[in-house]
Amino acid sequence: MLKVLKSGFFTSVQDRGRLAYRDSGVPISGVMDDHTVRQINRLLENNEKAAVLEVTMTGPTLLFEETTHIVLGGAKMSATLNNLPIDNHKIYRVAEGDILSYGKLEKGFRAYLAVKDGFKSETVLASTSMYLPITSKNHLEDGDVVGYDAHTTFEPKITEYKTEDLLDETVLEVHQGPEYQLLVDKQLEKIFSRDFTIAKENNRMAYQLQEAIPGHAHSMLTSATLPGTVQLTPTGKLIILMKDGQTTGGYPRILQLSDKAIAILAQKKFGDGISFKKV
Amino acid sequence: MNTFPISIRPFGLHAILIEWPNMVESAILDDILQFTEYLKTKMGQQQWEFVPAYNSLTLIKRGDTIDFDKYTIELQEIYREKKTFPKKEKFLWRLPVCYDPEFGIDLAEVADRLQIKVPELIAMHTGNTYIVYGIGFLPGFMYLGGLTAALEIPRRATPRLKVAKGSVGLAGRQTGIYPQESPGGWNIIGNCSVPIFDATKDRPCFVSVGDRIQFYAISRAEYELHKIEGEVGIYQVEKIKWDA
Repeated sequence: MLKVLKSGFFTSVQDRGRLAYRDSGVPISGVMDDHTVRQINRLLENNEKAAVLEVTMTGPTLLFEETTHIVLGGAKMSATLNNLPIDNHKIYRVAEGDILSYGKLEKGFRAYLAVKDGFKSETVLASTSMYLPITSKNHLEDGDVVGYDAHTTFEPKITEYKTEDLLDETVLEVHQGPEYQLLVDKQLEKIFSRDFTIAKENNRMAYQLQEAIPGHAHSMLTSATLPGTVQLTPTGKLIILMKDGQTTGGYPRILQLSDKAIAILAQKKFGDGISFKKV
Repeated sequence: MNTFPISIRPFGLHAILIEWPNMVESAILDDILQFTEYLKTKMGQQQWEFVPAYNSLTLIKRGDTIDFDKYTIELQEIYREKKTFPKKEKFLWRLPVCYDPEFGIDLAEVADRLQIKVPELIAMHTGNTYIVYGIGFLPGFMYLGGLTAALEIPRRATPRLKVAKGSVGLAGRQTGIYPQESPGGWNIIGNCSVPIFDATKDRPCFVSVGDRIQFYAISRAEYELHKIEGEVGIYQVEKIKWDA
């Protein structure tokens, strides 16, 4: 078991998400920064479905009760294992009684902790990804425990790798969304020529952007939305849906982020800048 | 069956959006659902998810990106040969609603603003069958079409931070049920004792797009009884096979 001594700001168990229930209105959930999690799971030779902990902004303090191997990735949060600094994208062996804690957020917004063979926790609709009210809670609290299997004999093929880091990227690659054609020149010009700032309203459901573009008076019938869908509200606000985002919506879907752009955005916080680039 | 002009467009690299004429029309919805059923057997549900709503069907592929040109041609061809599609089985679900003022916190005010009496409002709300045009926004939230114009009322000026699970509301030309406690701006006229969404079930939402919903009024005592029956798992939702 992994014991949560202090939970941090928002730490949750996430896997690849729920991929069969969107027609019942269930968001897919799952890790926000898929790019990072694929890499750290691969390093541990895990199944791509292995669940990790997603740590947001302020990290938790965690006590390991069994021996295993771990890898950290994503945001840089000055993590320490038994008070000794440890790096991202590097395998560490942890033993019973070891304590992982996080310090200052240096770069990015979401850090990940992967464990050999993944974390085990409440599985609902074929996923352990925390999302209320599908699972009983949406984040871990002080004193919670998360399961994992003890591994004493694992010998990793590679123990670390230098990886392409998306934390410094600010350009989001986008495809045309279904309602892209509704955009007029003065809107297009704004979207693709200026930088946008992440608004306070940003979470696992959606990221809002501070700067508005000229609004519109189009009404449309409710239709499916996806993680990475950029919606334009009548007042000209841009809302980018993320992994816990609603499965349908009634605002024009003007752009669609690439998978990589979703991973880049997942590492952005209030006040950070981004821009859009059409592919 | 009619054949409608459809448009097929990419929606990012993992999804395809198929759109029918921009109308709220049960014939269009039926056509979409019939096509969906056929595609489910033809394309398989292991790799694909199908999200129908109003005048659209979104196909989402798990994992890989889509060879869009290939699918556009295939989908157009399949749609053109569609006479062989099997009909989708549909149900009318009769859902109990308690219009007691304790649940219907806006009932008196709504009746007042619509200049009708409360029993008339209840009779109108229960007198129609509603078509489920989509499920989304929240797990198990149904977009229902078919509300009578006499019950049209704007959403509340200030949304509530908390609306109780099961609340039955009115807003614009829509009526619906909040499947879970959430913030919301609809006018609340009652509470449905049947949970529309249950994550512990293999099929968490018993209603499908295209089904019909009819509400019927129950007393406070019946509401309590249904609640208990629901908790111990013996409550059966009344369903009638619907052949439209």
